[in-house]
Amino acid sequence: MLQTKLCNIKLKTPTILASGILGVTKETVDRLGKAGAGAVTLKSLCHEERFGNPNPTMFGYEDVFLNAVGLPGQGIDSAMKDFGRLDNLSVPVIGSIYGYRIEQFGEVTKKMASLKPAMIEVDISCPHMDYGKPYYADPELTAKITRIVKSNSGKIPVSIKLSPNVYDIKEIAHAAEKTGADAITAINTATGMVIDIDARKPVLANKIGGISGPALKPIAVRCVYEIYETVKIPIIGTGGVTYGKDAIEMIMAGATGVGIGTGIFYRGIDVFKKVCNEMEVWMKKNKVKNLSEIIGVAHE
Amino acid sequence: MSESCCRTEIPVMLEISDVVREGKGQKSFFFKHTIHCKPGQFLMIWLPGVDEKPMAVSYWKKNEFAFTSQVVGKFTSAIDKLKKGDKLGIRGPYGNSFSIKSNVCIVAGGVGLSSVSTLIDALKNPLIIYGARTKEHLIYLKRYKNKNMLITTDDRSFGRKGFTTDVLEEVLSKNKEIKIVYTCGPEIMMKKVFDICQKYKIELEASLERYMACGYGICGKCMINDKIVCIDGPIFNSKQLGKMTEFGNFARLKTGRKVSLKEYHSIHT
Repeated sequence: MLQTKLCNIKLKTPTILASGILGVTKETVDRLGKAGAGAVTLKSLCHEERFGNPNPTMFGYEDVFLNAVGLPGQGIDSAMKDFGRLDNLSVPVIGSIYGYRIEQFGEVTKKMASLKPAMIEVDISCPHMDYGKPYYADPELTAKITRIVKSNSGKIPVSIKLSPNVYDIKEIAHAAEKTGADAITAINTATGMVIDIDARKPVLANKIGGISGPALKPIAVRCVYEIYETVKIPIIGTGGVTYGKDAIEMIMAGATGVGIGTGIFYRGIDVFKKVCNEMEVWMKKNKVKNLSEIIGVAHE
Repeated sequence: MSESCCRTEIPVMLEISDVVREGKGQKSFFFKHTIHCKPGQFLMIWLPGVDEKPMAVSYWKKNEFAFTSQVVGKFTSAIDKLKKGDKLGIRGPYGNSFSIKSNVCIVAGGVGLSSVSTLIDALKNPLIIYGARTKEHLIYLKRYKNKNMLITTDDRSFGRKGFTTDVLEEVLSKNKEIKIVYTCGPEIMMKKVFDICQKYKIELEASLERYMACGYGICGKCMINDKIVCIDGPIFNSKQLGKMTEFGNFARLKTGRKVSLKEYHSIHT
């Protein structure tokens, strides 16, 4: 009932672990698969090892989750030794990559592609990195990155992950599609800040962080809706999906796959199974046999 | 489907109500505040502007709790300078807990004793094997003066000379009554405790330590094999420990890179 296809990748459920939550080690992939995830996106890797920001790097505040982990990661070279290969696990793996300079996106893609993930996701949108000029906010830079990633990814499909922190997300999505992207992941976190009034300091060591959790969902739904009207490639709708109804809403906005990350904070690792069960209940009640019947239905 | 999903995990700024020197470079920080804690659980301690780290609850009673910190690096040095009336951000407790059984033996090394102290307080008459580097490094001597405690120091300045694991082996070879061993301390010691318990076919629960950022199972940094230490642990039983190829051998840095325990401890103090 929930089986779906994303760029010819067969998914047993449309729920996909979003990048940045767990996904640091290969062992987590099987565990998330057992918890019902249709695919698992690894935590983003770049050309070097990064320690990220000092703690606290994240906290949850009612419907808001704020993080500024600062892209810690072992780096692609170390990950190549650690992971060996990514095509022999129980669920499809999406390898998330980024670089500082444009050519580094190409180098990291080439190495990631050698591990044979089902898909490569490109993080052009992490709001905490100092790119000089943010790649995610400029259609021309997005196009440059998409081109270099596509020329290094071989046959592996590529999804460009977009940021909501832009004036017009449609033109960014259009730039990615035009230059060969096979899918769009939308969205990354929206920037925010919380100050502890007793400590008289922002709670995050980095001061500014990215908002995820239920508070992000209306922004994500709006972005997916706008992107769906602009491009033909499939969308992985990510942002605040916590319950089955959220996943259905994201699909109605135009998503083929549904990313879940912070949902684990609210409902545990089994959030994938819970969301899938709730989706099935809704589908039966509403006589929907296949998810393809409702993709983008909100546009009609 | 439920309509709301609020969950708050944010540090609460609490005033330190008392500071007690426990041993060389080791202090307990008390708070007059009610928490709900099970034996072996831990807190996340935030020192604004410095860092946030996990610390075991070391004293727990109605309206009061404490953690015990040992100076090992930048964070613990900054904690060491705090005085009564200063504030720390506290969240938790997190993690699973020790099972409560009878005919038990506890093996603690160094400040690891603080991680089993809420367990000791919950048990009737545990046999405690406790080791530290020197007499000056021993903690809770007054607190546990009425307990059945076998003490070792590496330099023979107090109690027996040698290692807790030698004493454990001696105890288990003579005392057939012991049904379960609990341990916390340096992982090398805990690995030896595990091997000894396997040899004598005695159940073990060990409290493990890994680098943590969240404490509630989403950051993925505290992985040991397929286990998430902050939510699946920090306490693991013999069956789980036996499957962990990384136990006693490897740990992951904050970056996710798997390194030897020695390298891990040289970077994450």
